[in-house]
Amino acid sequence: MKDTDIKRLLYTHLLCIFSIILSICIPSFFLENFSILETHLTWLCICSVFVTAVNLVLYLIVKPNASSKRSSISYKVTRFLKCCIYFLMSCFFFHVIFVLYGAPLIELVLETFLFAVILSTFTTVPCLCLLGPNIKAWLRVFSRNGVTSIWENSLQITTISSFIGTWLGAFPIPLDWERPWQMAIERKKMCRSFCVPGMVLGTVTQ
Amino acid sequence: MNSLPATSRMQKISVLLFLAWVSFLFYAGIALFTSGFLLTRLELTNHSSCHEPPGPGSLPWGSQGKPGACWMASRFSRLVLVLVDALRFDFAQPQPSHGPGEPPVSLPFLGKLNSLQRILEIQPHHARLYQSKADPPTTTMQRLKALTTGSLPTFIDAGSNFASYAIVEDNLIKQLTNAGRHVVFMGDDTWKDLFPGAFSQAFFFPSFNVRDLHTVDNGILEHLYPTMDGGEWDVLIAHFLGVDHCGHKYGPHHPEMAKKLSQMDQVIQGLVERLENDTLLVVIGDHGMTITGDHGGDSDLEISAALFLYSPKALFPRVPPKEPEIVPQISLVPTLALLLGLPIPFGNIGEVMAELFAEAEDSQPHSSALAQASALHLNAQQVSRFLHTYSAAAQNLQVKELHQLQNLFSKASADYQRLLQSPQGAEAALQTVITELQQFLRGVRAMCIESWARFSLGRMAGGAALLAAACFLCLLVSQWATYPGFHPLLLTPMACGLASTIVCAGLLATTGLKLDPVVLGAMAAVGSLLPFLWKAWAGWGSKRPLAALFPIPGPVLLFLLIRFAAFFSDSFVVAEARATPFLLGSLILLLVAQLHWEGKLLPPKLLTIPRLCFSASAGQPRHSGTHALGLGVGLLLCIRLAGLFHRCPEETPACHSSPWLSPLASMVGGRAKNLWYGACVGALVALLAAVRLWLCRYSNLKSPEPSVLFVRWGLPLMVLGTAAYWALASGADEAPPRLRALVAGASVVLPRAVAGLAASGLMLLLWRPVTVLVKATTGTPRTRTVLTPFSGPPTSQADLDYVVPQIYRHMQEEFRGRLERTKSQGPLTVAAYQLGSVYSAAMVTALTLLAFPLLLLHAERISLVFLLLFLQSFLLLHLLAAGIPITTPGKYISQP
Repeated sequence: MKDTDIKRLLYTHLLCIFSIILSICIPSFFLENFSILETHLTWLCICSVFVTAVNLVLYLIVKPNASSKRSSISYKVTRFLKCCIYFLMSCFFFHVIFVLYGAPLIELVLETFLFAVILSTFTTVPCLCLLGPNIKAWLRVFSRNGVTSIWENSLQITTISSFIGTWLGAFPIPLDWERPWQMAIERKKMCRSFCVPGMVLGTVTQ
Repeated sequence: MNSLPATSRMQKISVLLFLAWVSFLFYAGIALFTSGFLLTRLELTNHSSCHEPPGPGSLPWGSQGKPGACWMASRFSRLVLVLVDALRFDFAQPQPSHGPGEPPVSLPFLGKLNSLQRILEIQPHHARLYQSKADPPTTTMQRLKALTTGSLPTFIDAGSNFASYAIVEDNLIKQLTNAGRHVVFMGDDTWKDLFPGAFSQAFFFPSFNVRDLHTVDNGILEHLYPTMDGGEWDVLIAHFLGVDHCGHKYGPHHPEMAKKLSQMDQVIQGLVERLENDTLLVVIGDHGMTITGDHGGDSDLEISAALFLYSPKALFPRVPPKEPEIVPQISLVPTLALLLGLPIPFGNIGEVMAELFAEAEDSQPHSSALAQASALHLNAQQVSRFLHTYSAAAQNLQVKELHQLQNLFSKASADYQRLLQSPQGAEAALQTVITELQQFLRGVRAMCIESWARFSLGRMAGGAALLAAACFLCLLVSQWATYPGFHPLLLTPMACGLASTIVCAGLLATTGLKLDPVVLGAMAAVGSLLPFLWKAWAGWGSKRPLAALFPIPGPVLLFLLIRFAAFFSDSFVVAEARATPFLLGSLILLLVAQLHWEGKLLPPKLLTIPRLCFSASAGQPRHSGTHALGLGVGLLLCIRLAGLFHRCPEETPACHSSPWLSPLASMVGGRAKNLWYGACVGALVALLAAVRLWLCRYSNLKSPEPSVLFVRWGLPLMVLGTAAYWALASGADEAPPRLRALVAGASVVLPRAVAGLAASGLMLLLWRPVTVLVKATTGTPRTRTVLTPFSGPPTSQADLDYVVPQIYRHMQEEFRGRLERTKSQGPLTVAAYQLGSVYSAAMVTALTLLAFPLLLLHAERISLVFLLLFLQSFLLLHLLAAGIPITTPGKYISQP
């Protein structure tokens, strides 16, 4: 049981990383003048969409936690709506946090918000997939001794390393004076590059 | 009974000794660092005199006998020196007449000095425009010093700009007075301090208010032309400040600058019309300004200033070059001295502008070149004499270069003498002599800049290391003070320090080197530190963990380290204003996250799910979770708001200071001004109310101690005084004329009164820092058993719970002992209140008292930032207290 879980975990993470790579490659076939550095806003959108889609598909295929007993359509719809609201709320929450951290209030609003969206896709979406719109469960997972399964453990590690990566991504900002908001991408890359070892570590240690 | 006071006295003495030692260590470190960092230039008090030529050899043209001529015959008997403060070179630069297609350049400061351009075009042989390069620091007083002494004021002088001292070095003004010339001055009153009593007539106007564009200029204009027409002067100096103040207030890109420059243009025009044939007109800017209108640094815009010379009789043999020549600013000093027939000031290292000594009418090239060579030679002789004297008095010139330069000078001098012997020498030989002399003078100047602006890296590193070691020592000692067997540790380092000093002094004396007290002190400090650290290392053992060393919780330490590391990166220093709040915010979020991680943030019922097993040691949450969350959010908000009051550091590219930092007096809208004033006073009152509320909450206000009384009555008075001062300062222009004097008096008296109150409050606090209400009742028997006194940091949970009572008992014991000694009849009980906040109350009071004088030094709206700062530290401490199981009272972490 555990071995199969670890295998599935590894595959899901690999797929996630693959989706990010795809989001870099594929649009260059369809869109003109696409490059990460020049049209970073488009790329941020596309990346976030890709990752969300992959996460949802994986959730539907793998079904890591036992599905609830009730499976009426209305229940599913409310659950889905709740998830959407949670996602939006997390986006706004991150936006506020970024502004409190020193992002400009009025200029570059779009950049800040998109960055909040992408951070949400890396943190909130897996949480929603795995735990559902259940704040109590989230709080439990992110506290000491609160993890019950290997899935939750990997969720914990990836989410925390995403946050740390984002935080570390802020450090190069002062080094670049001319194009400050391209650092959003730097943040992203950093974030991902810190996520990956975190995931591998998570799978190995189990 | 006898032994106790004896040991306590011993302890007291050893503690005092220890404190003295630690302060000695710090002073030694700071002295070592500053001796490497602050650049020093010895000011020689020697003077050049008319009767004493600077070197051997005959003076040119036998000029010694003539009246009004010293080293050289004077070419002008009178001089008008117009000093336009901050007249940047491009302000005066002639604008090329643009073609019909091009639009004219419309920068407000360009092309406003039309009269200069006209004169240069009409009378090319009479006038010349130069780009003069000032040496940093480009502050007005340093420039005035350089412009009169011809030397390079160094950074160590830069600090004394606002308390300027009379110039002790030889200077032009002194030479003029010695020669009996009448020097008339009008303008900036900095000159009054620099040259006390040197002017035969002077009109000083206050320079301190940089917002005032017109007082000085209008004052000068009132006196300038009458004085000039009156004729009772030989040298007339007018120092205009309007352009500089306009730069400070509006910056160069403001229409006001155009007006000011046009006014200066009219002044120059008027002067040129009134000049007589024997008079030289010099228009000079003492420094430039940055694009924001500031100055002081060494950027190109700051050091480039305009220099314009005009004489009614032809002065230059050639027409001016297309691009104005670049000359060092101090070249003006020897040039003016020789042109006016004065000795060159003793300490001058400038080079004469040889062009001015060529004869214009007399077109014979040979005599013209000879005149130039003789002026240069006099100058070189004077510089060589100065170098000789200086290198004898101070060691900080480089020996090798000095030697080379002296060789160069003797060669050039010999060549020159040879030329004089054979007057019909070739033109080419003259030119080589001129080149050699100029080479020498430039070499000297380069060497002086090199050696007067050079840091001693070794000393700086040594000083920094010493300071770091002393800090480490303090950390060690703060952890060890409570362990027994600590005091003997102290005596050996002192003995070692003394011994090493003596050995070092002996070594230095025997090797014949000069004894430097700074180095000696540093040696003593190192000598005493090393044995102590070694002993500490040996006595460390393995029983105590390293973590016990650090009294600060881990995350705080981590962020402190990052902040410290950021100082080593230039980009992070530039972005400090954003990096610091970022780190502070991260600290707060990390603290909150840590609280949650350890399960203390939210009540456990939210988290307990039956199948989970919580470890028992998780501990009970001390505060409710929402409380900590609220603290965190409040802190983040405070940090973000404080960012609105951002002030740019100097020389930062693309940075705009917050407009809210300007004083209220500069605002135009009456309504907005009133609102801001209300907000500022509101911030002050809120600060006061918060402090009082805090003290009241911990019931420190009930004590009859004088400092508490001061908090009750003195602080509101200070708030009142500050508010009244702000009202006067921001509305001074609108006061009715008959109240002007009253307003001016009050705006001087009020800040002093507030500062005096703050000082007296601090003194009171130093005298009686303990704001504890102690009640002693005789007759009631003591019932409680006394616990062991509190010692050392708490180690177990049980200890933690009892910290405050233990402190209380400790205090109780102390007070009992003191009272018993004074009146030992019958048992006593002592009741002491407010012990929990015994340290922090004093701390808060002291900080509040310190805040007021600081507030007065800043613009009014900074009071909001002070309020934010107090709020932040309060919130952060509470957050830390929520995170750590317990904090001892008095732990205060300074805000970065």
